[in-house]
Parts: sequence; C-alpha cells; structure tokens
Amino acid sequence: MELLYVICVGVLTFSGIFLCLRGRTFPVVVGLTMLGYAVNMFLFSSGRLNLEGAAILGMAEQYADPLPQALVLTAIVIGFAMIAFVVILSMRARADLGSDFVDGREPVDARKLVERNSRGQAE
Amino acid sequence: MNFLDHMPIWPILIPMIGGLLMLLPPFAGIERYQSRRYFAAILVVLQLVCGMFLLNSVISSENLLYAVGNWQPPFGIILYVDPLAALLVCLTSFLGIGVVLYSFSGEDRAGRYYHPLIQFQILGINGAFLTNDLFNLFVFFEVLLIASYSLLIHAGAKQKTEAAVHYVILNLIGSSIFLFALGTMYGAVGSLNIADIAMKLPSLSDSDTLLANIAGALLLVVFGLKSAMLPLHFWLPKTYSAASAPIAALFAIMTKVGIYCIFRVYTIIYGEFAGSLSDFVIPIIWPLALASIVAGTVGVIVSPTLRGMTGNLVVVSVGTLLLGFALRTPEASGAAFYYLIHSTLASAALFLLAEMIGQQRGKALDRFVISRKLKNQTFLGFCFFVAAMMAAGLPPFSGFLGKLVILQSAVTTQEKIWVYSALLISSLVTIIAFSRAGTTLFWRHAGNKDVSDSPDLTSWQKVGVLILLAAGPLLALGGEHMLALTGVAANELHNVNALIELMGLRGEQ
Repeated sequence: MELLYVICVGVLTFSGIFLCLRGRTFPVVVGLTMLGYAVNMFLFSSGRLNLEGAAILGMAEQYADPLPQALVLTAIVIGFAMIAFVVILSMRARADLGSDFVDGREPVDARKLVERNSRGQAE
Repeated sequence: MNFLDHMPIWPILIPMIGGLLMLLPPFAGIERYQSRRYFAAILVVLQLVCGMFLLNSVISSENLLYAVGNWQPPFGIILYVDPLAALLVCLTSFLGIGVVLYSFSGEDRAGRYYHPLIQFQILGINGAFLTNDLFNLFVFFEVLLIASYSLLIHAGAKQKTEAAVHYVILNLIGSSIFLFALGTMYGAVGSLNIADIAMKLPSLSDSDTLLANIAGALLLVVFGLKSAMLPLHFWLPKTYSAASAPIAALFAIMTKVGIYCIFRVYTIIYGEFAGSLSDFVIPIIWPLALASIVAGTVGVIVSPTLRGMTGNLVVVSVGTLLLGFALRTPEASGAAFYYLIHSTLASAALFLLAEMIGQQRGKALDRFVISRKLKNQTFLGFCFFVAAMMAAGLPPFSGFLGKLVILQSAVTTQEKIWVYSALLISSLVTIIAFSRAGTTLFWRHAGNKDVSDSPDLTSWQKVGVLILLAAGPLLALGGEHMLALTGVAANELHNVNALIELMGLRGEQ
C-alpha cells in the first residue's frame, strides 16, 4: 500500500508542477488543483498509514492519528476556496487582457520571428 | 476567566467581528459608505488600544499564553504574546489607522467591500503574529492572502489583473509548499506547536532529523516567498506598483510577516538548542540577504516610477532585516526589529505619497519625466523630503538610527566587512536615486502651465500620510525607549527555554 500511495502522491505532484509551468491559465489552474490533491494526500500520510484504524478511541483495535485528518480537512476547504478564486480570476484576466496567457500576452516565439524575417528578406 | 484573560485573542476578534458586521445591514450597501467609514476608524483605533494594552502587560509582567478553546499545550492551538508579537500588532494597527484614514479620500468608494477586506487583511496579519502553532500560522497566512488577492484587484484595471494573476498563482504554489513542509514536520516530530517542536527536535533519530531538516528548508522557501527574499522577489515591485496606494501601503507589512516568521521559526525551532540542525539556514541567509540588498538597490536606481522605486526599497529593507537575522545575536535582532518598524512605516508613507504626487501630474503620473508643476508643491515636497530622508537612512530620522544600530551589532571583522559595505553602499545609491527623483518631480517643469485645474489633495490624504510620516521623527526622538523595547523583544525571542517552561511542556517527559 505504501508504494502505491507514494507513487500516487509523486505522480500528482509531478503533473501539478509540470502543468503549473505551462503558459496558459487553464493548465495552470488544473496544475494547482493537482498540486492541492497531492498535498492533501501527503498531509494525510504524515500520521503514518495504517489499515482499519479508527480516529476515535474505543471504536477499533488500533488507532489512527486524528490530527492529520483534521489538518487535511482544513487544507481541503482552504484549497477549494483558493482554486475557486483563481478560476474566477483567470476568467477575468481572459476578459481584461484579451488572452488566456498567464503573462497576459502570447510569448514571442523565436522560430516564428526567424521565419518572418527570412520571408521578409526573400521578398 | 475574566475579560482581561481573553486579551490575547482580541486583536484577532476585533477585525473579524468588525469585518463581518460591516457586511450586514447597518453598514452594507453602496450608499452607506459613511457609516462604514466611522466603523472602520473605530475598529482600527480599538485594535491599537488593544495592542498597546498587550504590549504594556507583557513588558510589565510575563508573556501571555492563550489556549484557544482551553485545549492545553501541546494539543490545542496556542496564542503566544511576547513583546515582539505585541509590538508588531501595534505596528499593524498604527499602519491600519494611516491606511484607513487615507482611503477616506475616495479609494473606499470604488467598491463596497473595501473596508471589510482591509479588516480581514489585518485579521490575518495579527493572527500570524500571535499564533504559536505552525498549522494555525498557515491558516492565518491564507486569510491574509485571500484578503490581499481581493484588495490587489480592488477597483480593477488591466494592470492590476495582470499583476494579480501572477501574485495569486505564485502564492498558491507557496501554500502547497507550506503544506508539504507541515506534513513533513508533523511526520518527523509529531507536533506542530512551535515550542513543542523546539523541545523535541534535539532528541530525534537520525532519519527524523533529516526530515525535520527538509521541513525547515521548505519553510524557508515559503517565508522567503512571502518576504520577497532573493531569488523569490520578482513578484514584489510589479505587484506593489499595480495595487492602489493605500493597499500597497498596507501590503508593506506583509513582507514583514515573512521576516517575522523567519525570526520566529529559525530562532526558536532551529536555533541554538536544535542540536545538529542548529542555525542550518545561516549559511544560506547570508548570501541571499546581501544579494537582496544588491538587487533591490539596482532596482531603486533604475526604476522609472516612484512606486517601482518604493517597491524595490522594500526589497532592500528585506535584505537589511535578513542581515540583522543572520548576525544571530539578541542585539542584532533588536536592531532589526527597530529597523522593521521604521521601514514598514517609511515605505507605506512613500506609496501614499507616490499616488498623491501622481494625481497632480496629469498623464505623467509618478514617472520620472518632466511634467507640469505640482499644485501642492510645498506640502508634497516637504513630505517627500522627510520620507526620502527616512528611507535613505539620513539623520535626524529613524532610518539613520535603524541602520546605525544594525551596523553596530556586527561584531567580527568578516561580518563588519559585509554588513558595512552592503548597507553603506545601498544607502548612498538610495540617496542618489532619491535626489534624482525629487529633482525631477518637484523642480523640472514643462513651462509655466496653469495648474489650478489639477485635483486638490483631500484633507484625509494629508492626515493619512502625516500620521505615517510622524513616525520618522518620533521613532528617532523616542529612539532610546524604542530600542530598549525592541531589545527586550529580541531577548524574549532568543530565550527559548523560558517559552518551553511557560508552556508547561517539560513536566510530561
């Protein structure tokens, strides 16, 4: 179980970071969401993973640490609110700036510049 | 428990309850801005009174603990008031008074949620100063961040939206890293109470010590991002110059929240009692502090606008404060706290002045180009002169004293070489930049155009900026008392054992 869990957290973090580095706001928002999932799972595991452990005393043979569960709940709520905000903000940015790039404009593509220049010279 | 026992939580409760009340009928609605103004002014004054009371009680007797919900340490969330926290709560409320009064001139009419958002921002800042629990610190960070996101795009404009997108995405990633750090810390130490972690850290096994080391390094990234330490400072000048003036002035204390957390976490948790992890960040902080000063100073001299220049001055002050941190003595910390108070107020006043100057220069705004004459030349010139003297660190104002005490707290020759050269060269460059800026703004006019159609300064603008500027001479006049106060605050901060004793954590072992 530990291996599966670790791989899940790792893949989610990797995808989150990769998407955050993209140029348009939509992949970035998705990336932030994935990073949020990864961090929630990570926080949950900080109380050590165990099966069939209840967080309430007297309910099971062994107990799970209740604090990480409380932390994850808080983190989920805050993360959800923040993602909602960033979705609205990126829609606003699309309207205000006229493009959905994080920088507000399409980055200059060096290859296209070279192409345009060479075409200009040919003409 | 009586009323006074609950004192530590009032700086959090007042802005929270006040901010919520402002969303309700007697204050809600666009046309009731006047009642919101009165209420907001009352709230910030109440907070200052509360902060003063806390400061007085922690100076005259021992530091205060407040167990929220009466859950005792190390299990519950603990608010901990030492002189440093109380001092910074006072600073926040003082800054809040200046900002709220300034915004009466019209900024607060651009949106009906302006005053509630300012209160929530203050709530987050005060909470971050008062809490002694790392996860609670995260929650207050999020409170102050979400208020700052909304304030940044308040009244909207293309430039604000663009800056806000960067700022929000960057801080969301920062929050994720914060949570990773907290998970690692809890996995390694099994506690999130700062004092409890400090006590348990030296007795960890080797593998857990490694985890705690990783958590500490991740936390440095988060606090570095908040405080705009190099290389995480790129967002600051752009964001601060996009925000409207009173909001940028309030943001001046947000970088200081990051600095405060660096002081708190790396003095108490990873301080001198942390065994093998003791002061592990210092070799990283030294070059970063110097690099922040260099990058900020270069930014100050090349900025084309007064706001951009002030934003870069904030980066310089962050570098200076980090130098004070890196010296690692209580004297240096005390000096840094004095400089922290001074630099917050000076940069806030400069942000306000930049807008006032910009308003009277037509399309030139606060750019350093030749433009029409200012209508309130004398008043603005005087204020700018005082603010520039404060920011550049010239006598007789507080900046000079702040820099002097930081210089004096460098002890060894090597420390002296780095601290003296960094601070003195950056001061010189700042003076040059300010004299250039002042000459262009106040003395170089295009012709003798009639300026009677320029907008007048409102009296609220004057009041707001004068309140913040008054701190310069006052901090210098009362310098002896103020330095004694910050010295006490620094000693209390460095006295880790007293904190653990006060929490009553030793008895359990």
